[in-house]
Formats: sequence, C-alpha cells, structure tokens
Amino acid sequence: MNNIVELKDIVVEFDGERILDKINLNIKDKEFVTLLGPSGCGKTTTLRIIGGFINPDSGTVMFDGKEINGLPPYKRNVNTVFQRYALFPHLNVYENIAFGLRVQKVPEKEINKRVAEMLKLVNLVGFEKRTVQRLSGGQQQRVAIARALVNHPKVLLLDEPLGALDLKLRKEMQIELKRIQQQLEITFIYVTHDQEEALTMSDTVVVMNGGVIQQIGSPVDIYNEPENAFVADFIGESNILNGLMIKDKLVEISGREFDCVDGGFGENTPVDVVIRPEDITIVPPEQAKLCGVVESVIFKGVHYEMLIDAYDYRWMVHSTKAADKGASVGLSFGPDDIHIMHKLKETEKSEEEVPDEE
Amino acid sequence: MKNKLIAAPYLVWMFVFILVPLIMVGYFAFTDKDGNFTLDYVADVAQYSQIFVRSIWLAAIATVICLVISYPLAYILTGFSKNVQSTMLMIVMLPMWMNFLLRTYAWMTMLGNNGIINTILGFIGLGPFKMLNTEGAVVLGMVYNYLPYMILPIYSVMVKIDKSVIEAASDLGCNPWKTILRVVFPLSLPGVMSGITMVFVPAISTFIISRMLGGGGNLLIGDLIEMQFLGNAYNVNLGAAISLVLMVIILLIMTIMNQFDNDDGAVLL
Amino acid sequence: MKKLSKIYLGLVLFFLYVPIFVLIVFSFNTTKSRTVMSGFTFEWYLKLFRNEIIMESLWNTIIIAVIASITATILGTAAAIGINNMKKVPKAIVMNITNFPIINPEIVTGVSLMLLFVFFAARMNFEFGFWTLLIAHITFSVPYVILNVMPKFRQMDPFLYEAAQDLGCNSRQAFFKVVLPEIMPGVLSGFMMSFTFSLDDFIISYFTSGSDSQTLPVTIYSMTRRKVSPEINALSTIIFLVVVIVLVLKNVIERKSENNKVKVKGERV
Repeated sequence: MNNIVELKDIVVEFDGERILDKINLNIKDKEFVTLLGPSGCGKTTTLRIIGGFINPDSGTVMFDGKEINGLPPYKRNVNTVFQRYALFPHLNVYENIAFGLRVQKVPEKEINKRVAEMLKLVNLVGFEKRTVQRLSGGQQQRVAIARALVNHPKVLLLDEPLGALDLKLRKEMQIELKRIQQQLEITFIYVTHDQEEALTMSDTVVVMNGGVIQQIGSPVDIYNEPENAFVADFIGESNILNGLMIKDKLVEISGREFDCVDGGFGENTPVDVVIRPEDITIVPPEQAKLCGVVESVIFKGVHYEMLIDAYDYRWMVHSTKAADKGASVGLSFGPDDIHIMHKLKETEKSEEEVPDEE
Repeated sequence: MKNKLIAAPYLVWMFVFILVPLIMVGYFAFTDKDGNFTLDYVADVAQYSQIFVRSIWLAAIATVICLVISYPLAYILTGFSKNVQSTMLMIVMLPMWMNFLLRTYAWMTMLGNNGIINTILGFIGLGPFKMLNTEGAVVLGMVYNYLPYMILPIYSVMVKIDKSVIEAASDLGCNPWKTILRVVFPLSLPGVMSGITMVFVPAISTFIISRMLGGGGNLLIGDLIEMQFLGNAYNVNLGAAISLVLMVIILLIMTIMNQFDNDDGAVLL
Repeated sequence: MKKLSKIYLGLVLFFLYVPIFVLIVFSFNTTKSRTVMSGFTFEWYLKLFRNEIIMESLWNTIIIAVIASITATILGTAAAIGINNMKKVPKAIVMNITNFPIINPEIVTGVSLMLLFVFFAARMNFEFGFWTLLIAHITFSVPYVILNVMPKFRQMDPFLYEAAQDLGCNSRQAFFKVVLPEIMPGVLSGFMMSFTFSLDDFIISYFTSGSDSQTLPVTIYSMTRRKVSPEINALSTIIFLVVVIVLVLKNVIERKSENNKVKVKGERV
C-alpha cells in the first residue's frame, strides 16, 4: 500500500516553544490512524498541519506523493471534522452538508443525490430542514462527518470528534465511525487523548508526548509492548519500577532476580520495568518471591483493584478475587509479563507527568 | 430576591415618565388647542412630506455610506491580535466620546468658504467650493457622527464568529473571498442590521447637524419638531403630530430590520 | 492585502481625527482665524476659565450626572431584580416599555418629557430647571442600567442563591453576599453608561432645561449659534484630553486585570 500522507522532520515553534520536534510519520492509504497523547502533546498541531491550517517552520508535508507545504486548506483533498463541529449556524442540515459541493459549483441534481447518500450514511434521513442549533450533540457530530465526507476526500481528519459526547453515545459513535471508514475505504486520521478510543478503533496508533512521537504500532503492540515508560503509563494502568538488567533475560526488581524474555540491554544496566496490574496473581506469601501487605481493596465492577505495599513500591493488582485488607500476600508473575524498557533520558523525564484531561 | 415589590419604584417611574409622556404625545397630536379631538394636525403633517422625504433620503444615504466604510473596517479589525484589537477599537471609538456638538462644530469651521479645506484647495488653484450649507455637508456630518455606531455592532458580531467555522469553510473549498461571502457575511448580518438602525434612527431625527452644516435651507424632521416646541413656529399640537408620524416610520423600519435580527438584544448596545 | 487594509484603516482614522486636531490646533491661535495660525497663545483657555456661564453649566452637568447615574443605578438594579422574577407576560410588557427610550429618537423622548413638564408646571407652579433636567436624565438612564443588569441574572448559576441559604444566609445576607457580587459587573457598566450619557446628553436636556439651569452641552450649543469663538476650541481640547486620559486609564486597568486572570489560569491549550 502507498503512503497517502508523509511528514518529514516537521518542526513547529510557537512563541519560542517547540510544539513539534522533528516529527516523522507515514500514513498508509485506507488506514485508520490515531494520534494519541495528553493535551499539549502536539497531536492537534500535527493534524492541523495535514489540514493546511498551520504551516510547519521546517520539514516537508507530502500528500499522495506530492509536496503540499504552503498549500491552503481549500486546495487540499482532505476534509476535517472539527472538535466542536464548527457547523454553519446560518444554514440548515441539508445546506451544511451541501456547502462544499456548492462551493465547487456541482450541479444541483448531483448535490441532491450526494447529500441524500450522506444523510443515509450517518442515519440522519428526515433531518434535512432542521437548523443545526436544534440538534443534539450526537446529531451535530453526524452532520459534521457528513459535511466533510460528501466531498469524497482522500483523507478525513478528525480532531477529538467525540470529546463533547457522553460515554454511551461515544461508544456508539466509535463503532459507527469505524463502520463508515471501512465502508468508504478512505484514510481516517483521528486525534484523541482517550487511550481506550484509540485502541478500539485504530489500525495504527501513534503515541505522542512533548512534541515527539513515542511509539507507532498496532493497538496490540502498543498495549503489550510499550517502548518506554511513558507509553506504558499512558496506555492502560501499569506498575512501573526501577530495575537493573543483570544480563540478557535476567532482571533485578526490588532486590530480587526474575527471569524475563527481553535482552539486548547490556549487563548491569538500569532499566524501567513495566508489569500490568492484570498480569499479577495473588498467591500465599510462601509461594512468591515478592511479598506485601494489602493496603486497599476497591470493587471496580468486573474486578477488584488492590494496592499492595511491597518493598517501598505500591503495586496495583487487578483480580477477580479480593484479598483481605491488611493481609500479607505474595505477588506472582511470569517471565512474559515483565516488560523491560530503556530509561527515558532526563530531559524527557520531566515531561512524563501526564496532565489531567481537559 | 423572590420579591417582585422591589421593582415597584421603577414601575411607578416608568409609568409616569416613560408611558404618560408618550401618551401625551398621542393626546396632543389628536387634539386642538382647546382639547377637542381633531385630525387636522395629523393631516397637516402631509404638507411637510417634502421634508420627510428629504430626511429619509439623506439618512439613508448616510447609513449606506457608514455601512460601506464600516464593514471592511470591522473585518480588518478582527484580523489583529487580541491586544492590538482592543487598542485599535479604542482609537476608533475615541472620537465618539467627544460631545457631538463639538464634532459637528469642527466640520462647520472646516467646510466654510474661508475654512481650512477651501484654503488648502486655494493653494493648488481650486475653488473656493460652496460646501457648507449643502445636503452633502449634512450627509458628511451624519456619517462622521454616527460612523462608530455602525462599526461597533458589526465588529462585535464579527469577533464572536467561531474561528473554526471560518476554518471549516476553508476546509470545504472556500478561498478567502468565498469565505467572506458565504460564511462571514451571513453570520454578521445581525450586526449589520443593528448598525443600520443605530445610524438611521439618530440620522433621520437630527436637528443639530442639519442646522449647523445645512444652513436654513435643508430642514429635516428634527428641525420641524424642534421649531414647533422651542422655535418661532410654536405649535405643540403639530409638533406632537409630527413626532408621532416619525415614531411610526421608525417603528416600521425597526420591524423590517428585526425580521433579520436574532433575539440578541445585547447587540443593540 | 495586509498593506491595503493598513492603508484603509489609516484613511478612516484620518477622517475621524482630522476635525478634532484642527480644533485643537486653532485653540492656540492668537487670532480668531480658522485658517491661518498667527501665533501661539493660551488666551482662549484663560477666557474659558473666566467664563462664568461655562463654569456654572459644567458644575451643573457634573452634579446632575452624579445624582442621576447613582439614582438610576439603584432604581434600575432593584427593577432588574424584580423584573427577573416576574411572569413571562408582565415581564415582556415592562421590558418593551423600558426599551422605548433606547429605541425612540432622542428628540421624541425629549419632546414627550417636555409636554409632561409643561402640563404639570402650569398646574403645580414650578419652572423648568434643575429638577426637570434631573428627572429627564434619570429617565433615559434607568433603561441602560436594567439592560446591563438583566443578562447577569441569566448568566448566574440559578442555585447560587439557594446554596447561600443552605449555608445559613437569610435572604438579605444571601443577596448582599452572593447575588450582588455576581451582578456587580452589570451594575457597574450600567452606572458608567448612565454617567457618560448624562454628561454627554444634549437633545433631551435641550428640551427639558430652563434658562437658569443649563448643562454644558446646552451651553456649547448656544455658543456655536453665536459668533465664532475660539473658546469652543479650547474647551474641545480639554474635553478631548480628559477623554483620552480616562480611556487610556480604563484600558490599562482592564488589561492588567485580564493579565492577572490569564496568569491564574496559566495553562496553554
């Protein structure tokens, strides 16, 4: 498959601050790509560069094999679904969707046909004459999607499109967006700070932080093989500990040695160790290398979330069986469950703090 | 807080000083000097139709000129950064804070036959032109005095237009001109409408501008009313009748304008 | 494009400011000529300060503006609270009448008040002067206060008042401790509007003032009717300076408080 969008060494600075620091990203045709990261990580800026709303200070933007630096948005074959929808308040649903076609002077008959198609695609048949202010958030969202897609763009850009919807509607729209993308077979570039949304919908996830791409991979890769502590922490919940790689396939955590499956870090190298809470099993203390005291037990619906204090680290454990608060328990995990990662450089460390969601 | 009585003093005030005076205008318009009912004065207003036509005509021209000047200006203002915008807006609005008699007086001195404009024109061998005491001078005075009333409402509507809506237009294929035509202009219409009323209403009813810049020959409705109450023509009943007709004209125009306007009353301020 | 819009902006500003600067320049002229600068003098300023009529009317203007705007603010704020609690239909009626002095041409408001005062002056034996002026100024100011305060109620969290009561305030405390601070910005801008409109008003004052108690704009008007007098230029210069100083101060203060807000928020999106 061809690359439809290529970003090469993109740098954006604003008020002397680097928003994007040499971003390199290739997006394949017909792919669902998600840019994921905390607010201020540069994901929206990246999207706006592709849309043509921002010009990078340096670097190249390629579209369909051609350089498009400096090309204004109205000359690009991409369309955007804006964060707050940005529907035209002076036009009704039909005219909002028809807007792009009218600008291109498409014949009335064809407009009629294509708008009707779109209304069907987004399940809004019968809403043609409604004013957009009278629509619910979910309906406005659908109009915004239809308005963008009716122009048959090669790439659809979506900037946190579900951020303003409630949880249930968000889940529904996630499925619907995926369906639309597969039905139309076009590229979606999707920006979100919601890791669950990213994992559910995407073919490829691009994790960003501090204007730098942290990892690019399939949702499964990103979840199971995070490349660094930031990714591990941002995707799902994790126990991240300091470890010492004694040699290949042997790591020391909290003063004890564990077998693991990773190698190639050299000998006696400090590393970050990630262990997912659901990978830890609670066993009687005598059967485990690590023992601790249960500090708290919270019922979370599907599982219990327990915090266990062991050797100056507070472990998070997810289990369907609850231990008693105050009890001494052992923590057990297999070599596959231990993920070893390089330590982040000191400069990047400071940006590890994940700000609250907006 | 739930007590409605707290509004009572104002309600009394409103009744005595807003409602009753208006009723009195109506009463005087339909009665003669002895208090008997008559339609004579309202019918007499027709004699002054020429002055009404002139007032509407000059006020309309002034309003159109104000609109043509203000619209691009408001658009240009919204293009500046926030801080520059508020400074520029202050500079544009500043002359409005000068008493309008003084502003009109300034033009009076400048337009005269031996005023500064004719003097300058004289240096390059032109003129002197008769500028003072013409209809043109009256329109100029209206434009100069009421221009800020047009700029402010258009600007304040324009500045509230969501930036992302403009971006959406660009995203959907509009070049900058098409964006103005298809998105910015329709969305700024409420501002344009309140700008039009805010210029037209004082312009049609002024008597200062016509008196100072129009001489005696360019009477407007305002002059006519003023003459009936404080001038030589003293005739309160006729004055009330003219005022009533003026109010009806303006009410009609406002109703037409309101067809376009949203319920956004704040724009009027 | 950028350049073109700057030129345009420059031209409009030139149009707005040239008359004012011409006034200012000739306020220092030694002769009464409005075209040739013959020399520099402060003579007109001295004459201005020695002019008792001007000084007296200035004093009148300030007194009336202060009393009228304070009264209007209290009356209007109380009215807004009460109107806010009214049912839909009475509320609509009251608001429509309140809007009248704003929408109506000033000359009609002036004339209608004059009719009322004439009617009562004959029966109750008083003369046009300070009191008629004051009543007129309060009357046209109150609507602006109401229109500034009313939206604040709409923006306010409707549960604030209940929350205050829940936390132990009686209804009076709840009003003064919670509701009043919330609507205060509206009250203040209503006050400022009333004050400046009162200072600046000519048309309504013209119809409601007596010969012994005039406001500054009315005095200016009678000055412009008579011969040319550079004292008006001097007066304009002083008023312009005061306006500039007040507006700049206002802008600086606003910007400072805004910057503080930004600092508190502190986060870049």
